[in-house]
Amino acid sequence: MFMSNKERIPKNGSIPRLMKYIKPYTAGLVTSLILTFAAVTLTLFVPRLVGNAIDLIIGKGQVDFKGIARILLIIGSAVAVTALCQWLIGVINNRMTYGIVCRMRREAFAKLQELPVSYTDTNGYGVTLSRIIADVDTFSDGLLMGFTQLFTGVLTIIGTLIFMLVIDFKIALIVVVLTPASMLVSKFIASRTFRLFRAQAEAREELTAITDETISSEKTVKAFNVQERMTDKFDSANEKLSKCSVDATFYSSIVNPATRFLNGVIYALVALTGAISSMGGGITVGGVTCFLGYANQYTKPFNEISGVITEFQNALACAARIFELIDTPSEKDAYDRNDNIKTKSDSQRYGQVDIENVSFSYDKDRSLIENFNLHVKPGQKTAIVGPTGCGKTTLINLLMRFYDIDGGSIKIDGVDIRDMTRHELRKNYGMVLQETWIKEGTVAENIALGKKEADRDEIEAAARAVHADSFIKRLPDGYDTVIGEESGNLSQGQRQLISIARVMLCMPPILILDEATSSIDIRTEAMIQEAFDKLTQGRTSFVVAHRLTTVKNADIIIMMKDGHILETGKHEELLERGGAYAELYNSQFLHSES
Amino acid sequence: MIKLLRYMRGHIKESILSPTFKLLEASFELFVPLVVAKIIDSGIGSGDTGYVIKMCLVLALLSFVGLAASVLGQLYAARASVGFASKIRHAMFSKIQSMPYSELDRIGTSTLITRMTSDIGQVQTGVNLTLRLILRAPFIVFGAMIMAFTVDAASASVFAVMIPALSVVVFGIMIISIPLYRKVQSSLDRVTLHTRENLTGVRILRGFCKEREETESFEKASDELKKCQKFVGRISALMNPVTYVIVNISVIYLIHIGALRVNSGYISRGELVAMYNYMTQILTELIKLANLIITVTKSAACAGRISSILEESPSERTSGYECVTSVDGKAPKVEFRNVSFKYDGNSENSLSDISFSVYPGETVGIIGATGSGKTTLVNLIPAFYECTDGEVLVDGKNVKELSLNSLRQKFGIVPQKAVLFRGTIRENLKFRDAEASDEEIMSAAKTAQAKSVIEGKKGALDGFVDQSGRNFSGGQRQRLTIARALVGDPDILILDDSSSALDYATDSALRSSLAELPYKHTTFIVSQRTSSIMGADRIIVLENGRAVGIGTHEELYQSCAAYREIHDLQFREKKKTQGAGAKSEGRGRHVYEQ
Repeated sequence: MFMSNKERIPKNGSIPRLMKYIKPYTAGLVTSLILTFAAVTLTLFVPRLVGNAIDLIIGKGQVDFKGIARILLIIGSAVAVTALCQWLIGVINNRMTYGIVCRMRREAFAKLQELPVSYTDTNGYGVTLSRIIADVDTFSDGLLMGFTQLFTGVLTIIGTLIFMLVIDFKIALIVVVLTPASMLVSKFIASRTFRLFRAQAEAREELTAITDETISSEKTVKAFNVQERMTDKFDSANEKLSKCSVDATFYSSIVNPATRFLNGVIYALVALTGAISSMGGGITVGGVTCFLGYANQYTKPFNEISGVITEFQNALACAARIFELIDTPSEKDAYDRNDNIKTKSDSQRYGQVDIENVSFSYDKDRSLIENFNLHVKPGQKTAIVGPTGCGKTTLINLLMRFYDIDGGSIKIDGVDIRDMTRHELRKNYGMVLQETWIKEGTVAENIALGKKEADRDEIEAAARAVHADSFIKRLPDGYDTVIGEESGNLSQGQRQLISIARVMLCMPPILILDEATSSIDIRTEAMIQEAFDKLTQGRTSFVVAHRLTTVKNADIIIMMKDGHILETGKHEELLERGGAYAELYNSQFLHSES
Repeated sequence: MIKLLRYMRGHIKESILSPTFKLLEASFELFVPLVVAKIIDSGIGSGDTGYVIKMCLVLALLSFVGLAASVLGQLYAARASVGFASKIRHAMFSKIQSMPYSELDRIGTSTLITRMTSDIGQVQTGVNLTLRLILRAPFIVFGAMIMAFTVDAASASVFAVMIPALSVVVFGIMIISIPLYRKVQSSLDRVTLHTRENLTGVRILRGFCKEREETESFEKASDELKKCQKFVGRISALMNPVTYVIVNISVIYLIHIGALRVNSGYISRGELVAMYNYMTQILTELIKLANLIITVTKSAACAGRISSILEESPSERTSGYECVTSVDGKAPKVEFRNVSFKYDGNSENSLSDISFSVYPGETVGIIGATGSGKTTLVNLIPAFYECTDGEVLVDGKNVKELSLNSLRQKFGIVPQKAVLFRGTIRENLKFRDAEASDEEIMSAAKTAQAKSVIEGKKGALDGFVDQSGRNFSGGQRQRLTIARALVGDPDILILDDSSSALDYATDSALRSSLAELPYKHTTFIVSQRTSSIMGADRIIVLENGRAVGIGTHEELYQSCAAYREIHDLQFREKKKTQGAGAKSEGRGRHVYEQ
């Protein structure tokens, strides 16, 4: 009991949420309802008309052709109107469903833009992807079914109920009293299957994660010849999903036969009471026949509705997971704060950076950066060096505010970065990361990522500045070649050149170069270096590099280890000191002698 | 699409039993009117209460038997459809595992993932519904027609016109909408791509403050999807009203002709009513069908997209000679003979006319500008791509003739992009050799300078690796991928610019420990740094896909202008700082080479 209560929370919580999405479509919903009402009434009315026509056909030579012709004409027009209504209902319901789903997907996506970077770092891509794609899809199917079949079902029930009450009140009462039994059964099953659907969704999430990971790194998989092992891993998740799916599909599909069975029993009871009442002179034989017909029509929508309900359960389970994503707390931004510290967002920034007593760690159990202090004057070039894993990239995460510091403060031109919006902050930075990322689109679009309005001349100038022009021109369509994350025709270094060209185009006041040239050959790098030097002139820059040759002309070099600063100073000073930096610097020339 | 049916193998029993039980259930339903007729004729007619009760019990029994048949039908349908989907999923996954690199480049990851997840889900639903409900419809439609003909052939002729007309409408709408649903699915691909990009490129996009723009362009993509969905929805919404109209026109015609037949005394009124009942039975069945056909059509479109991958995409060959290592050690291990290579869709060769031989145990350095073809060259050795001209030989055999499995077993590869897979560190490091012991793994890790990475994780080798290894820094990942390549002593080691994320100290420590390994593997090192390769037995200098120099460091430094330039650029500052660095150099050497 306790468990099932807990399980149901998202389901119940989801319904009022859904109402909010349906609200803008109130007009459509009402029209759809009215049209459904018309269509159902007419649909129920046609058999009666046919009955009336048949009453005019008594036997050989006893046929009222004129009367029949009149009735047939009415049937014809009723059918025409019904068909029109049905089509309109279909169109309106489609519009509502896809509109709602589209909005939901947009919201989920917009949320993605607000979530802290740590969300993407800690949650798998596959899981989030599965929510925005597969779950929304399943939800849309369920919703569409709900709209089209639920209304029709409910209205058919009401319509037939009225027709039955008109024919015989007492027998109608039997039907009305007993029908809830079948609803109870379907409800009982539905509440059980909700859990199974959730299990299925979880198993599917797991499988999507494996699929996503393997396929996006397929080349590595092949390089290690581990296709079979990956397939085994996939197969066991696939098997698990299969088990969950069989259960969920089977138990949910029991609803239909179970209610149909109960309806069969009700049908038999109606036949029994009807026949007995008829023998006592209660109702006519024709009445019984007609009644049975309606009793059947009355119970059938219950089947459909219960079918719809199971489908809807599934949809709600998916909706709950989508809402869960939408409800994940967003990053707090400066404008969310009460105190309105106005930043000089409009005035020119100079690029002074003050890091005071900063502490930070990803994992609360293991401290990473502690009491970190650094003061950078406008226009200074700061190089951060140190062994792998010393916290260089973390420092950049903090400067860019991808992560928030745990203690201390980071100030830019005297303003705490938490007092400005992330956009204000990030507009100041131009960032090139070690891991290149290419957006699906043309080369030109990729270079103009940070400056959409740039014209072709500017783009080409930026590409020339980083010596990317010649290889871009050799691509099949030059600057208009479509490239993407998976396109195999760009090398890692070429991707990096494109990333650098992006920054060249923007000319922001502060530069962050995190291993920006790690995949670029030394000759090209030397040429880019000139461009960088030009770019960094008068700009504050942070450079992380392993190739110490690229950092030696920095104004300050910070040697880091395990989140602490080991040494700071100029290249020559540090070499003079003969400490960790000198050791690191000289290690790169070791092999020249061996 | 039909070809997918072979994945039904193994579920033939279920896929026959399921519709059989559903048909059985339908037949029981068809008995009900007969029993009711008996109640009316024999029961009420003769006032026999006992008979009425008996017949009503028969009705309840029919329902119960129907329930049993139906539950079995649902169970088998669930098993068959889930089993089918699971088989297809497996087949798809294996197919992707067997795709050559060029095919992965061509198709792209995100569409493969949608096909693996959402498309297969749709197919599963489609199969399930087909087994449970779709087969029932023709049975009832044709059954009813046959019954009508036994009543009166002349009146029943309307059935013979109506049913083909209905088939045309049902199949016509299906045929029109299948390609439209395929379009829907491909716009869903766009939405997926967009979502994925925003997950993988979160830092760059945030860094450039692209949140709003990305949201807008996502909204465009999802609006496009909505438009497609609505358009196809409008067409499939025709199904219901059109079938309704056709059936009712037939009803009107039936009553008209029936009236004439009754008037001339060929048939009785009851017989006309019976025929009318058959017609409504057909209509009821068709309405159910129309609601389902949308789902089935959708799943047919999805099935098409799946089968296009399964049937049309090329697989890597599985046959070929076993790769045998020659014993004498004098024959070249790897040989290139006039090799040229061009990527699909590129206009220019990425590699042109490359020839060289490498003997067992030798180390080959490959150096050159970004995009000069270094990675392409090493990708040709394990036949990830096949050369367009010339021959690549491993152990004296053309790689095109070798079995890929035995060929790739020889290699330990460290790709440029360092990705790990979800699981434990141990699982990741056992990629090359599933049987490797912990000692072997740790010794490989020691060589790869990854020991501290492993020891620094909670649980050491049992430490958990997130999807794509996101919980490790770039350098940590790289060291782990190097360790991964070393486990199980590969015959040929390929380091594709694998030290770019490593600092110099780690890099040189790595190289010294590689040199100290007791066994000798043939090694290919792709690098930007001359320091990484200057100790190599042979260095290949690439420029725009051509080998402009092959030889040792000393030879090339004398004869190859390009090489000299690369080297000098890197060591320029070393000479300048010789004096300052001399003291600590000795120390560095001591530390890293002991």
